[in-house]
Order: sequence, then C-alpha cells, then structure tokens
Amino acid sequence: MKYIDEFRDGAAARGLARQLAVEIQPDREYRLMEFCGGHTHAIYRYGVQDLLPAGIRMIHGPGCPVCVLPVGRLDMALDLATRPNVTLCSYGDMLRVPGSGGQSLLRAKAAGAEIRMIYSAAEALELARRHSEREVVFFAIGFETTTPPTALVIQQAAALDLPNFSVFCNHVLTPPAIVHLLDSPEARELDAVAIDGFLGPAHVSVVIGSRPYEAFASGYHKPVVIAGFEPLDVMQSILMLVRQLNEGRAEVENQYTRAVTRDGNAKAQRLVAEILEPRSVFEWRGLGPVPRSALQIRAPYARFDAERRFALEPRTVPDHRACQCGAVLRGAIKPTDCKVFGTACTPETPLGACMVSAEGACAAYYSYGRYQEAA
Amino acid sequence: MSAPSRRRFATPLDFERGQVELSHGSGGRAMAQLIEELFAAAFRNPWLDQRNDQACLELPPGRIAMTTDSYVVSPLFFPGGDIGSLAVHGTVNDLAMAGARPLHLSAGFILEAGFPLAELRRIVESMARAARAAGVTIVTGDTKVVEHGKGDGVFINTAGIGVIPEGIELSGDRARPGDGVLLSGSLGDHGVAVMAQRSGLEFETALESDSAALHELVAVMVATAPGLRCLRDPTRGGLAATLNEIADQSGVGIRLWETAIPVKPPVAAVCELLGLDPLYVANEGKLVAICPPEDVDRLLAAMRAHPLGAAAALVGTVREDAHHFVTMETRLGGQRMVDWLSGEQLPRIC
Ligand code: SF4
Repeated sequence: MKYIDEFRDGAAARGLARQLAVEIQPDREYRLMEFCGGHTHAIYRYGVQDLLPAGIRMIHGPGCPVCVLPVGRLDMALDLATRPNVTLCSYGDMLRVPGSGGQSLLRAKAAGAEIRMIYSAAEALELARRHSEREVVFFAIGFETTTPPTALVIQQAAALDLPNFSVFCNHVLTPPAIVHLLDSPEARELDAVAIDGFLGPAHVSVVIGSRPYEAFASGYHKPVVIAGFEPLDVMQSILMLVRQLNEGRAEVENQYTRAVTRDGNAKAQRLVAEILEPRSVFEWRGLGPVPRSALQIRAPYARFDAERRFALEPRTVPDHRACQCGAVLRGAIKPTDCKVFGTACTPETPLGACMVSAEGACAAYYSYGRYQEAA
Repeated sequence: MSAPSRRRFATPLDFERGQVELSHGSGGRAMAQLIEELFAAAFRNPWLDQRNDQACLELPPGRIAMTTDSYVVSPLFFPGGDIGSLAVHGTVNDLAMAGARPLHLSAGFILEAGFPLAELRRIVESMARAARAAGVTIVTGDTKVVEHGKGDGVFINTAGIGVIPEGIELSGDRARPGDGVLLSGSLGDHGVAVMAQRSGLEFETALESDSAALHELVAVMVATAPGLRCLRDPTRGGLAATLNEIADQSGVGIRLWETAIPVKPPVAAVCELLGLDPLYVANEGKLVAICPPEDVDRLLAAMRAHPLGAAAALVGTVREDAHHFVTMETRLGGQRMVDWLSGEQLPRIC
C-alpha cells in the first residue's frame, strides 16, 4: 500500500502544482490530450483538474475501448448472442452499452440469450473446454494491453484443437488512432480541436514500448509523454509536456519508467504478431473508418474467428440521434456540452457508450466531476 | 424453564453426514424434528419453548422500532463471520440506528435441499451465539425448503423489534449545515473480506469482516450526545450510499475529507487490486453519526473509548448545497463527487 500512497500524496501534488504554476507561460494555453480513459478516470477520481493552473486544458481522448466500439460491431455481437447454442463471453463493461433500437447485451441476456460476464480471456477458454456442447464465443475488445491474452487463448485453443471456441476480435491500435486524430481531413472536418501534446498511454505502452510514438512526435511535431495511471504520474507528465512545449521540443518522453521501456514487451508482441494481423480499415465510434487501426485473426487460425465461422456481415449503424459520443471521443466537446448529459443520459440510462464504461469521459464527469458545473 | 421434551424421534438427526431434505420444510414430523433438535435447541428461550406460531411479548414503555432484512451472502462462511451472525448483527444494527435497544428477533430460513446439516448447524449455532452476545432473543421462526438448484444453500430473513428510550429522536432528515460527520471505524472490511474470499485470490494479510452488533456503542453515544441527529450503518452501497441518502433526506450537501477516512492498508490494497472504491464497499459493524458541531469532540471521545469505535474519526461536514451533492476533498488536494453507486453488478455480499 505504501507503494500506491506514494503516487497519491497531497504534499507532492501541491509541490507539482506550484511548479506548474511557475513554469507555464501566462499568455498561452496548453491543450493536452490524455489519450487513455484510464487517465481521464484518474484525473476526475483524484481531482487532479483542481490542482492545474487555468492555462492548462485537458482534452479527453478516445482511449476507452468500450466507448470506441461502434454500434455496428455491438450489433454483430448481439446477433451472435442470440443464435441458438451460442454462449457469448463478454467483459462486464460491455453489457450495458446500448446497441441499435435500445438493445443491449444485458437486455438480450434477460430475454434468455446465453451471455456470460467474464474477467479474462482465459475464463472464456475454460468455459469452452467445460461445455463442449456449446459454441463459446469470446467478445474480445480493447487496446494493445488486452491483445496478448486474446492471442494466447487462440494459440491455446489451436493447441487443444478445441472445436467449439472462437473469438469475435475487436482489438484496436493506439498509434493509428492518434495519427488519425491529428491527420485525417475527415477528423478536421469533424471539428477535432487543436492539440498541443499528448499524455501517452500507460498500460498500452508497457506492451508496445515508447518507440511507436516517435515517428509521429517528430512528424507532427507534437510532444508525447508516456504517463502512469496514478494521479501524481499524471501531474508529473503534464509538467514534462509543459516543459517540452516551452522549449519547443516534440519528443517522446517516458514518465512511466517503472513499467515502460522503449521497445516494450517483445514476447507479447511476437505472440500477437503470430496470431493477429492489421485489418485494412476499421470503424471507430467518433473517428469513423481508420486505416490499419485494428487487428483480425490470421488465416491459419480462421476456424477460431467468429466473424468467419458465423459468416457475420459487417455493418455500419449510426449512433443514437441525440448521442454526441463521437464528438466527445474526438475531444471536440466536453461531456457536459452534450445536450442529453445528466438528463436523458446517465449511468443508469446510458444513451451512449461514454456514459457506461468507468473509463468513459461522460461517466467520469458524471460520477466525479459534476460538482463543478453546479458550483 | 424446563428442558423441552415434547417429542422423541426414532433416530436423531445426523449432523455429520445428513442433508436438508424437502420433507424438512413440509410441516410433518421431519420438520418438527429439525426444529426441535436444531433451532429450538440452539435458540432456547421461553417464547420459543412454547412452540406457538407466534411470540406474545410484553414490551417496556417507549416507542417501538421494527425492521426486517434478508441475508443472501455468498459464500456463507467468510473470515470474521457467516450468514448466521450477519443475520443477527444486521438486524440488530438496523434497530440500533434508531437509538433503539434491540429486544427480539424472528428468523426465517429458506433452505436448499441437499444442504449439509453440519453446515446448517454451524450457521444456526453462530446465530444463537451472536444473539446471546447481543442480548436479543429469537422468539419465532419459520423454515422452508426449496428444491436442489433453486436456492443457494441458505437464505435467512430476520425481523427485529426494539424499544427507543424517551427523548431520543434520530432521523436521516435532521442533518444541518455545520454538523459533523463521524465514522466509527475503518471502511470496507466486510465487503472486502467477502469479495477476497470469492475472488479465490490469495492474500498475505488476513482480511476479516467487521460484522458486529453496534447497539451498545449506540447506547454510549446517545447518552453522551443527546443532540445527536442521525445514525446509519453503511452496509450495501457503502459510505457513499449512506451519505447520499442523508443528504437527500435532509436537503443538504456533505463534504468529506479523504485523508480523514480510515481504511486499513490491506483493505485498500485489495480494493486497488479488485478495482473497488472503499467508499462503496459494504460494512457490517460500522456506523455514521451526524451531530451538531458542539458535540463532535465529546462524541468522538466517547466512541473511541468503546472497542467498536476505537478508530472513530471525524470524516466530514454537512454544508448547504442546493444540489444535495456529497463531495470529497481528495488526498491529492482536489475535489470529486461521491455519487450513488450506479448500476454496477456487485456480487452478493450481505
Ligand atoms: S452524455 Fe451520453 S449521449 Fe452525450 S456524449 Fe456522453 S454518453 Fe454520449
């Protein structure tokens, strides 16, 4: 516990806040995007925003796996779940996300679909082994952090020659999404805001390392600081970004040195590369289609690919009319700017995915940050 | 009262290898035997010994407090208690939070066929011990048996009545701006003990439920601070739910100070690991007290002098707030909302 407390210490936080206040240039605004939902969550849960000087504006990024999965992919999962003899294994966060027509996995489950809430990919594999009479499908979502466990269960299923296990793969990639945010004309038309620098992902970077960010830091001249998920990590990283911006540098720096190296976890990367390959294009909620931004299962493992096995048709479904999750995910609006925030859309009755996941910006705002609007 | 010796049964119940059977709930001889050899033997008191379908009670003067609660905790046995002791403590505490002296309980059991009698006896005996220790009697009861697969071993319902001494008026709508918010001890012990057990994870430190009957602590508190406004035990939904209820009922806001809230280090560590927030984790032996500012020091000293309040702390203050928000000054020095728990699917912990 001492280990954790160290990263939440009030005196250290005040020290960092003072340092930031001294170092920011009073005439400029620092628009910093925290890519990850984990950072958004930490910022609101610990009240980091209250300690930041006014010139620093945090923009919430799309790094919440539940939030970026578009309605079409969720509808495909719902389709799977309602097929006879299928057991769909899903992370709990996904269950309450609304799909088309107000349907959700939770509702489908209540109506009799066989949907299991699991905590790990391994649980899904285990379920398939124990229930050879069922088609067990693992609804895999997540960024690079959760990809290696998915690759591992596919590898294990192949080794066991399991006939009744497959994976509905929705793994997405961080670096292409960041580039897309900065780059694509669509994103610009979609009024994405200007961003001066990025807080880079913590856990994702443990796997992929800090190197993948180097090209775009220099190419787009945007500093990146890889930041741990503790509140002091976040503050320290903001200070590092401010220093880079003040000095006109645009480098990849690593604040989270206790876990992240430049090259990441080579073993995990090899495993993923053996089983999965980039898709030519994948649709994100909020970002639209992003080239080479997601993974699919390689041909030799096709029999474990639920999309092929069940001949799932890709589909594109628009978000709920009132939902502005897309704009929230691009950092174009704050959650409270959404017209239905806190009225039609609350954690009990979510209209959009950003209100469901603990890492979603709307949920973080609603659960932890609402007092600000009221004040 | 002489020992009950109304019926004799051909063979006594087999408390080593026997199981609950459907006939144990059917109203026939088997049920009579289960009551005789298990429940009546463990809970013995004059009312139960009369074997009537109800208890006829003489109560001391004063207002009567009455409550009921059902217990469905899984696992049935956890470090620091079991469903039996929990079913006594929980209901005793609900009475105590009105300032009442708890007197009598009822106990309803829903048993699943196939449940080992040995475990049932452990639960019933633990219940009897908890009741004796709390000075309450279990005066009436009921047993039903459901088919195998239709229950989860044992569910227990207890109802309780108690008497509120003259002049005590505790209610969740009485909090006023400026009042102190006191907590009797560390947060999250019960929920974490149960969830750690469920998770199957091995932890180095022993985590124990705080399950305990709080009425004696309450008696000390009301004697010390007659101006006490409100008491609540933060069970399901944790401190967060309790304070949001009080804020709503009283039409006020509440501000907590994170650094003042006691959480045991191993509990904090498990919360971190399981992704839980101690503010939302259930407690079964803690209370929250709201009292006028001038009573805070005296009340705190009295609580700390009692073993169940040894780690009591002033954790926040009541404020004016049109939104009735509960907020917290974080350890880091920022602020956050402490909202109701929303829609999370928590396992059965009480
Ligand atoms: S408030 Fe609800 S609908 Fe609006 S952006 Fe957030 S999640 Fe989407």
